[in-house]
Amino acid sequence: MIWPLVKRDLRMLLFGGRRGGGAMLPLLFFLAIAMLYPFAVGPNAPLLAKTGGGVLWIAALLAAILPLDRLVLPDVELGLFDQLKLRGVTEEVVMAVRLFAHWLSFGPLLMLACFPAAALLNLDGETLRLLLLGLLAGTPGLAAVGLMIAALTAGLRAGAALSGLLLISLALPILIFGAGALERSDPATLGFSAAISLLLVAITPFAAGAAIRAGREG
Amino acid sequence: MQARLTASDLACRRGERLLFRGLSLKLSPGDVLHITGENGTGKTSLLRILAGLLSPYSGEVSHEGAIGMLDERPALDPDQPLGDALHFWQQVDGCADASEAASAMELDALLEVPVRYLSTGQRKRAAMARLLCQDAPIWLLDEPLSGLDDRSQARIAETLSAHAESGRIVVLASHQPIAVERLNVFTLAEYVV
Repeated sequence: MIWPLVKRDLRMLLFGGRRGGGAMLPLLFFLAIAMLYPFAVGPNAPLLAKTGGGVLWIAALLAAILPLDRLVLPDVELGLFDQLKLRGVTEEVVMAVRLFAHWLSFGPLLMLACFPAAALLNLDGETLRLLLLGLLAGTPGLAAVGLMIAALTAGLRAGAALSGLLLISLALPILIFGAGALERSDPATLGFSAAISLLLVAITPFAAGAAIRAGREG
Repeated sequence: MQARLTASDLACRRGERLLFRGLSLKLSPGDVLHITGENGTGKTSLLRILAGLLSPYSGEVSHEGAIGMLDERPALDPDQPLGDALHFWQQVDGCADASEAASAMELDALLEVPVRYLSTGQRKRAAMARLLCQDAPIWLLDEPLSGLDDRSQARIAETLSAHAESGRIVVLASHQPIAVERLNVFTLAEYVV
């Protein structure tokens, strides 16, 4: 019963369809920032190399906002969660599946996009390595925060704008430790980022599931 | 296992408004219950309470047998061709052959058409095909006839009759009369506060 749901979520989040975007939109957004940044600060290679990693972290955080409005709300409107509940699939399971699919649809792609982005920003190999490790540790947390917010704000007016603001605030610890690793090159910093991610991944199915249930009563 | 659906002393509150109270039901295999009432009396809320999707303000609901529900949301992906959208539920429900359910609802010619291009009536029939595939003994149907032409209405009525005759339960909320044998009409207005 779960495998069809995984396939459906992946198809929806990777290709989007009429819901718009799919995985390409955050990816292009991420690359667009990497391309625009050198134009904005000028072709100063040492400056780009020094600040580029941090810019890519902010780009990843902003890119994570883009899929939020189609992460939960369209399926609430479709009645999908109600139908699954009638079949005994709990909201927690549905949200755990969605978290997995959501991360797969943007985390690994952003990491791949780091290679051309690193070339554009003149990042050295060590910075790129730390950036990739940081994103590997941090993007599951970003996906989890995003899903939690999408479930909480589904059905709210101006939910999309609120989602962005909430994500920026709640993802701050991931950004601090993830991007902080670029400067300090300390495994503990990456470890903190991973620990925060792990905690968020663990609580998100329950928090998002409770939000879906509460939404029904509203 | 024989299907049963029991509700005792239900009350429903939406916001600050108490919609109905003191409502009890006991449905046995073969029962068909038609809930009638004006707009806003709580027909949809009652069905959602019976389905366990909404908590009653007071009272209890219990059931034996799986519940299948049809409401205004077909739960079929709008971007997908109808056949694929039904196939998703076929996989979830472990239904052997979704095409039989699609044929029963005269949807064979529409299986390649994306769900978003279907008319209201076609979507309703598609949702009915999904319900047939689910093979749940208790059906809760919210306005199953709205948007349907006469021929489709008759087909739905036949389907409901067949479901009840096979010893299962149908509860439907509708403004339209429906020709189903063993139909009990339940007027929600009697319980409205």
